[in-house]
Amino acid sequence: MRLPIKSGWLLVLPFLLLVGGLFLGPILNVLWISVTDPTPGLDNYAQLGSSDTLRRILWTTLRVCAICTAFSVILGYSIAYAMVHATGPAQSRMLGLLLISFWISVLVRTFSWLMLLGRNGVVNSTLDALGIISAPIPFMRNELGVLIGMVHYMVPYAVLPIFAAMQSIDGRVVQASRSLGGSGAQTFWRIYLPLTKPGVVAASLVVFIINLGFYVIPAVLGGGKVLMVAEYISVQVLITLQWGTAAMLAAILLFGVLALMFIMSRFMKLSTVFGGART
Amino acid sequence: MRVSLPAKLNTGLAWVLLVLLIAPALVAIPVSLTPKTYLSFPTDEISFQYYHELFSSPEWLSSFWQSTVIGAVSALLATAIGTLCAIGLWRVSSPAAEVVRSVLLLPLVVPPIIAAMAFSRLFVPLGLIDSYTGLILAHTVLSAPLVLITVSASLAGFDARLEQASRNLGASNWVTMWRVIVPGIRPGIWAGAVFAFISSWDEIVVTLFISKFSVYTLPRRMWNGIRENTDPTVAAAAVVLMAITLLAFAIWAVAARRARPAK
Repeated sequence: MRLPIKSGWLLVLPFLLLVGGLFLGPILNVLWISVTDPTPGLDNYAQLGSSDTLRRILWTTLRVCAICTAFSVILGYSIAYAMVHATGPAQSRMLGLLLISFWISVLVRTFSWLMLLGRNGVVNSTLDALGIISAPIPFMRNELGVLIGMVHYMVPYAVLPIFAAMQSIDGRVVQASRSLGGSGAQTFWRIYLPLTKPGVVAASLVVFIINLGFYVIPAVLGGGKVLMVAEYISVQVLITLQWGTAAMLAAILLFGVLALMFIMSRFMKLSTVFGGART
Repeated sequence: MRVSLPAKLNTGLAWVLLVLLIAPALVAIPVSLTPKTYLSFPTDEISFQYYHELFSSPEWLSSFWQSTVIGAVSALLATAIGTLCAIGLWRVSSPAAEVVRSVLLLPLVVPPIIAAMAFSRLFVPLGLIDSYTGLILAHTVLSAPLVLITVSASLAGFDARLEQASRNLGASNWVTMWRVIVPGIRPGIWAGAVFAFISSWDEIVVTLFISKFSVYTLPRRMWNGIRENTDPTVAAAAVVLMAITLLAFAIWAVAARRARPAK
């Protein structure tokens, strides 16, 4: 017999109060600001139709997120495939490297990319020393640098859901395909890949969702030239003090993220996606 | 089973990718050893002056201290609240509990920039901007879901009959929880606590919005260093931050291995 329901809920209560009072309530307040500041109404949302700046920012955000998601998921698929087919000790080592990279602070990574990708950074000076390039490649203050930094950060997030999906595949299905005369390539494209679809969809969504609100890497590596939603919100709040516009963008971002999260929950449990990870 | 050539190539590629996931961060190490006065690589000699600078500057030391206090207190709170909640949801285990669980995981899902706006708006009237209390509360909210996930995973491997046995033998709820359930899931609780500490120790976006002068955490000071992009001390700080994170990872990995349910 389980304990009476009440004693279970009592233990949940502190967390529920904390999240309700310090998180959900204040977020509702932000949504409220989006329709009341500076004047009540939908003026803030109307800016989307009139302001080229806002449209450009949303477009940049979506484009960068989509490209980053595509690269992260393809690279993540390759890593997950190798991991799931590796022997025990090799698999542990691969998982170890993956988790360590998860744990390295985004600030440390961003700093390192500054050192690597700058005009006189390691990458440019190496290419120059090898005689491959005559002028430094501009990696920074453009989308290329932002994409390099973001893909590098997101690959581990893509690996975990795909890895989980691959682990649940019954190996006999693949064997059956081979013994019925399917070639390796046919088996992969027609049997294996479709079976891993839930993992690929979940990975794409989780990467896209985290990217949408990404602040640190676009702000530093983009150097003000690649303006995405999160950085624009921070400028509105911290510098120009236009809470209304910022809250409107936050509301759009929030509903976008929640909608995608809802779709994702139909493919994979949240805790599987965030299992060994952190945001 | 014979391994096909494409699969072998893919395994090679995967190893290269995995190494590339970590290698770029290591570039901070040579930069931190430069003898020059600007961000650069050492050419002829190395110098530890920036580590000396890091550990003797009152600003950096106070940031270390503040980050440690905020990380430790918020991890403690998050672990207590998250563990209680995980046990509660595990006991209730109903569809309603799963709905509540998804709601409680929202702080992980909502972009940090939105959380930053929400906290900032809440803390201004409460006078909690730029205070330890404010940062600790915010970091507790953000890290408690991590504890919930880790402890819930541990509970999934915990034999519920042990709880029944304890109660049948006459133990109260309280005694059952402290003497039977908590010891059974201890590695999961530790893993969650380390996770919570590191998530506060690294947190930057919310911190940027709710701290100003008097509370200046390590990530906040690093952020400034990165934006100014001149002083090599920030490289030394990055190396120390990485070392502490790796230490925490090692503790977490040991705890997580023990926490994994036996198969």
